Amino acid sequence: MASYQNIFTQVQLRAAPEMGPPMAPGNFARTNAGGFSYLLGKIGNAQIGPIYLGWLGVFSLVFGLIAFEIIGLNMLASVNWSPVQFVRQLFWLSLEPPAPKYGFSPFVPLADGGWFILTGMFFSASVLLWWLRTYRRAVALGMGTHVSWAFLSAIWLMLVLGFIRPMLMGSWSEAVPYGIFPHLDWTAAFSIRYGNLFYNPFHALSIAFLYGSTLLFAMHGATILAVGRYGGEREIEQITDRGTASERAALFWRWTMGFNATMESIHRWAWWFAVLTTLTGGIGILLTGTVVDNWYLWAQQHGYAPAYPSTGVVDPATLPGAPQ
Amino acid sequence: MIRVATITSSITCGVLLVALAGCEFGPKAIEQTGYRGTGGDQIIAKKRLIAQPIPAPPYDLPADGGPTAAQTYQNVKVAGAMSAERFNHLMASMNQWVAPQTGDPTKVGCNYCHNPENMASDEKYTKVVARRMLQMTLNINANWSSHVKATGVTCYTCHRGYAVPRNVWARADAPGEPTRIMGNKHGQDTPTPTTGYASLPYDSFSSYLGANGNIRVAGKTPLRTAPAGASIARTEKTYGLMVHMSSALNVNCTFCHNTDSFGSWSNSRPQRVTAWYGIRMVRNVNEAYIGSLTSVFPANRKGPHGDVYKVNCTTCHQGLNKPLGGVSMLKDYPYLAKPTLAPAVVPATPTAPRAAPTTTAAVAPGAAAVGTVGGN
Repeated sequence: MASYQNIFTQVQLRAAPEMGPPMAPGNFARTNAGGFSYLLGKIGNAQIGPIYLGWLGVFSLVFGLIAFEIIGLNMLASVNWSPVQFVRQLFWLSLEPPAPKYGFSPFVPLADGGWFILTGMFFSASVLLWWLRTYRRAVALGMGTHVSWAFLSAIWLMLVLGFIRPMLMGSWSEAVPYGIFPHLDWTAAFSIRYGNLFYNPFHALSIAFLYGSTLLFAMHGATILAVGRYGGEREIEQITDRGTASERAALFWRWTMGFNATMESIHRWAWWFAVLTTLTGGIGILLTGTVVDNWYLWAQQHGYAPAYPSTGVVDPATLPGAPQ
Repeated sequence: MIRVATITSSITCGVLLVALAGCEFGPKAIEQTGYRGTGGDQIIAKKRLIAQPIPAPPYDLPADGGPTAAQTYQNVKVAGAMSAERFNHLMASMNQWVAPQTGDPTKVGCNYCHNPENMASDEKYTKVVARRMLQMTLNINANWSSHVKATGVTCYTCHRGYAVPRNVWARADAPGEPTRIMGNKHGQDTPTPTTGYASLPYDSFSSYLGANGNIRVAGKTPLRTAPAGASIARTEKTYGLMVHMSSALNVNCTFCHNTDSFGSWSNSRPQRVTAWYGIRMVRNVNEAYIGSLTSVFPANRKGPHGDVYKVNCTTCHQGLNKPLGGVSMLKDYPYLAKPTLAPAVVPATPTAPRAAPTTTAAVAPGAAAVGTVGGN
């Protein structure tokens, strides 16, 4: 009797762990396998490891840990080293960038934001080394490097927010703080300062790609799950046959909306939407303050924003004899 | 079983989402206040609108005339031109509005400010403060009708029966730079009602209500021009002040602003003009009146860093966009609105505009119809 496995009915194998192909000489060795996890086996592969760490991985983790510790210890210090208050106030706590008076100087006292600059260095180094690692591992497996380039798009946005734009603005204080609520307040203040980011066309593009990504993800995920009973997750081997999961998935969309992506092109769609989200977002952030000072006025100037009837209110500061 | 689990977890997630989103249950008052499509509206949970009752006058207002206070009593510096009968009415009212009524008999009622052996004496600091505050009240009613309109203020607008108004502020951090190596909060990142529990800077008052800091941050031109405009740090400080104003009045941002462009005046509602004058009024009050009493107040009436407690929007408003529900108390205390009792302290802004003409000038014809533009 035919059966299919899904997240609820997964059969977990227990055997000698799969160790992967042998390493080329001179490489950092992979670790040993870490065994099997029943719970992880419910949502993916039950085998844990082996992992290839390598020098890139080691330094990436070390630098990342240093950045994480600087942020965490500064947060803990800001509540006078009280673990209870650290937990209670965690969402409010932050490692803040230097004040505007320091400009973009790399030499800021630790207490006044030097920690922030150090964290940025370690964090950026960590992320960039991890990026190189994804590239090298992909090459080692004979894969394309799509994962790396998609990751780099996210890194671009991160570097724009934390380094490139502050550098062009000549002030560390423009950077995003490392904190949960503080980075949200930064976002709102950023929009208020520059005349409403919703009128930034690159912000609009980024949102379109972000929402488009979720839409594509939902459509693709749902389609494949829906044909799981025909083995739809085994995509490629079915492409040329009639009556397969793959053909049903394609027909579903063609009958529903007149057009269907292919098993290959749907992933290209998804990849580009994801990559363009942060790519266009980064451009939008980079232009804000460096080129455009008020997106609302810019949008009015370019016929991009609607003009609403004036309420007739006049700035009282412009009236004669106004108090200051 | 799977279906039961799915439904259960969906409901749990929904409840959690509602809880995390801070949904406020109960009936709401919803009103469209701006042009359609701009999000110009007010949504207020009715339970937040707590009525602010007004005490009855101590006794009926005496007729004007007769000997003046200056002729009857000694050391009457501000209200000397009033009739003595009405002066007594004012004193009784102030007693009821401000002075403690229970406790040490030498410090309650009239004795809170006066030495019962010598009512004219200024030996109690509270009397000196009360005199300056009376000048302040007269000044607000005479020169700040751009903010208080014809409603005006009395001692009760702030005090509400408490010797020290319940909503006051003082400097939050010690002056100077922090010296610790780690954990500098840069004056923010602290859960506090001042900022509506955001992580915004919690002491915007020192810059904007205790001094004439520039609140405006939005870019003035489409493209960047030299010199560079406000930093994000300063923007967050302004944002903190705006959150305070919003919570002090229990109103949304759109009570004054059109959120498509917070800085634009031609998109704003007339309330923003009123608020603009309010900020100037508060500065005037804090600098010329309360700040000038720094040497008079004892240490226990000052903040942790030695400055006197000052006023902000909440001091009067206390959760209503019109303090005391917009009811004017001046009809029972007409002498507080009398320009003849000229304030002795010159306001910091001697050219402070008179209300009616300025407001009319600031709001062009047709603005009054703003509430109905998209209403139907």
